[in-house]
Amino acid sequence: MSISRLALAAAIAAAPAFAIAKTEVQFWHAMGGQLGEITDKFAADFSAGHASCTVTSSYKGNYTETMNSAIAAFRAGEQPHIVQVFEVGTATMMAAEGAIYPVEQLMTETGTPFDRSAYLPAVISYYTTPEGELLSLPFNSSSPVLWYNKTKLDELGIAVPATWDELEAAAAKAKEAGVEAPFSFGWQSWTQIENYSAWHNLPTGTRENGFAGLDTEFTFNNEHVVNHIARIQRMGEQGLFKYGGRRGDSRAMFVNGEAIFWINSSAYYGGFAQDITDWEFAQTMMPLDTAVADAPQNSIIGGATLWVLRGREAAEYKCVAEFLAFLSEAENQAYWHQTTGYVPITTAAYELSREQGFYETSPGTDTAIKQLSLNEPTVNSKGLRYGNFVQIRDVINEELEAAWAGDKTAKEALDTAVERSNALLRKFEAAHAR
Amino acid sequence: MADRRTGFSGRALPLMLVAPQILVTLLFFVWPAVQGVYTSFFLDQGFGGNRAFVGFGNYAELFADPLYLQSFVTTLVFSAAVTVLAIGIALVLALAANRVVRGALGYRSMLIWPYAVAPALAGVIWYFLLNPSVGVLANWYDAVAPAANAALDGLTGAPAGATGAETGAETGAETAASADPGWWAWLRLPEEWNHYTDGRQAMALVIIASVWKQVSYNFLFFLAGLQSIPRSLIEAAAMDHAGPWRRFWSITLPLLSPTTFFLLVVNIVYAFFDTFATIHATTSGGPAQATTTLVYQVYRAYESTDYSGSAAQSVVLMGLVIGMTMIQFRYVERRVVY
Repeated sequence: MSISRLALAAAIAAAPAFAIAKTEVQFWHAMGGQLGEITDKFAADFSAGHASCTVTSSYKGNYTETMNSAIAAFRAGEQPHIVQVFEVGTATMMAAEGAIYPVEQLMTETGTPFDRSAYLPAVISYYTTPEGELLSLPFNSSSPVLWYNKTKLDELGIAVPATWDELEAAAAKAKEAGVEAPFSFGWQSWTQIENYSAWHNLPTGTRENGFAGLDTEFTFNNEHVVNHIARIQRMGEQGLFKYGGRRGDSRAMFVNGEAIFWINSSAYYGGFAQDITDWEFAQTMMPLDTAVADAPQNSIIGGATLWVLRGREAAEYKCVAEFLAFLSEAENQAYWHQTTGYVPITTAAYELSREQGFYETSPGTDTAIKQLSLNEPTVNSKGLRYGNFVQIRDVINEELEAAWAGDKTAKEALDTAVERSNALLRKFEAAHAR
Repeated sequence: MADRRTGFSGRALPLMLVAPQILVTLLFFVWPAVQGVYTSFFLDQGFGGNRAFVGFGNYAELFADPLYLQSFVTTLVFSAAVTVLAIGIALVLALAANRVVRGALGYRSMLIWPYAVAPALAGVIWYFLLNPSVGVLANWYDAVAPAANAALDGLTGAPAGATGAETGAETGAETAASADPGWWAWLRLPEEWNHYTDGRQAMALVIIASVWKQVSYNFLFFLAGLQSIPRSLIEAAAMDHAGPWRRFWSITLPLLSPTTFFLLVVNIVYAFFDTFATIHATTSGGPAQATTTLVYQVYRAYESTDYSGSAAQSVVLMGLVIGMTMIQFRYVERRVVY
């Protein structure tokens, strides 16, 4: 691609002249493909424009691989300065007190200008201490939205649903008209439990969703979530919902028209724009469960942030701070947002995209930001912070699958999920007891 | 065996010749294994720091977990199926290829081909072929399964509940199943392929992908084994009026027993360890825990930086495979004719 060539050219042009004088910063990320090219371009652009710093970015595999590589490197004393970690790894990173350098502290100590209020609250709240100090810099963030097949909805005369009751009725109507499996979703723990709870201002666990302490316990087996899972189960029995696998596996169902409603990340925008050519897709806010709340609260994000690791030369951290400030600049954020579908992390970048007319040329692309900033985040909707959460998401996947297969009732599945997940929380607590 | 032995005059040269191999084994097998055993006695934080000694705590926790014990069963079912099918199919193919005179090289190359495919890719290939939404084989399955059920009902004389399957697949299956609680009920196929919710279909998917990948390897060894059987033995048996079947059971199979034994050990180890990438690329151990084998459990723990728990699982797995290999060498090898 031309971007990578440009980046390479920039890197080559910059390297010989400053190779000896410049301070080098290592940046490990998990962005493959087009996302990786843009990420590397940021590093190259920063290095080319800076007199004394150079950032070397390296792709280290998927999120899990990148995180485990960084941990292994840290244990060997070879850690990178910056590592990209997905949101579910937040508790693990936070608990590693001697290993991480909180971003806000880094900015202050290196004398780099930093204004917390410039960032979108719903984006950074996931990554702050209970006192509000920012720990890691959000890089790629998205939120689940309701994707729908606009062409099919228009054809069948179905209005875009705003509530779960409307969605269920619309799915039934579509089924009658011959749509195979009208509704599906991906990343089920994130979209149907974590975000369902935040959207309706329900806690998923005690102790402010884990923000206030490691002695947190899950509560997502409450009646509202149970009713919600039971509703989807019922829709499955009626053929209105079909489970299409973990993560984004069910994407094919939406793209080939088998499903016309799909709840998953707003970051699917770029891919859809390429792959869906013979009909029109659109996105809207997640449905509201009117039995639980009168109005939605706000959604929570998914994605990854940049963590700074300790243990390198003190002088190098100035470069780290400046690179993070560079990434937060409105132009860079707006570019990232508009090319990838991830949300911008600063209000300025959001404003800039609006001024540039991006939301008029690509309608609906601000759905995720609107959802995230719908209200001031509450303790239930600012995010989650649970240890061993990668494993806990697997547990939730397994138990929900048992529910979709009809092997367990919604109540049984969620009770077991909570029980198994709590055991993992206790294990994390024991490992990190001081 | 020949009696003449070629010997080394001193000890230095033979030691030097085996040294690199021993060094590699120590460095890449023994040392990590020792580290693994050591780590398994601690409760470890991801980034290191203060690790706490917990003795057999990690092991106690494992064996108190019913799902961990369940994955033993899953692993045994999976490994037995993969081993038996991969060896059986390879043997049939090798026997057939050994008889081919014209274009033998072409057939052989095609049969060996899958071995060059990385396990993760083998998984992805089958993942696409059997994808419930876009998979070719999944579509064929959906077309064939109701007909197969109807045929089964016809054979077993079940009431014509399955004819309703044409109008509504799921309701048809339900009425038929509830109407006949006969022994053949479990032979009925689910009417639709969706390995995302059907655990048995998911298991079938990972078995097929793993077997497909391993057949080539087994085929290669069987073919070599077949070609080293002296033709004179077979011809002599033929002259004594032994039919093809008899020749196979009395001559070919016994003479292949060293190969079969070797493949048995290798295939079990393959099914236990090397199928990780295949499972990871297709089902991720799901739905629920249907395809979570022991090695996949190890990865789960590692993935969430539970390194000590992961180490304890690895030690259990290592012990299991050492034990099984010892049993094989002690009891099965007795029946092998070298």
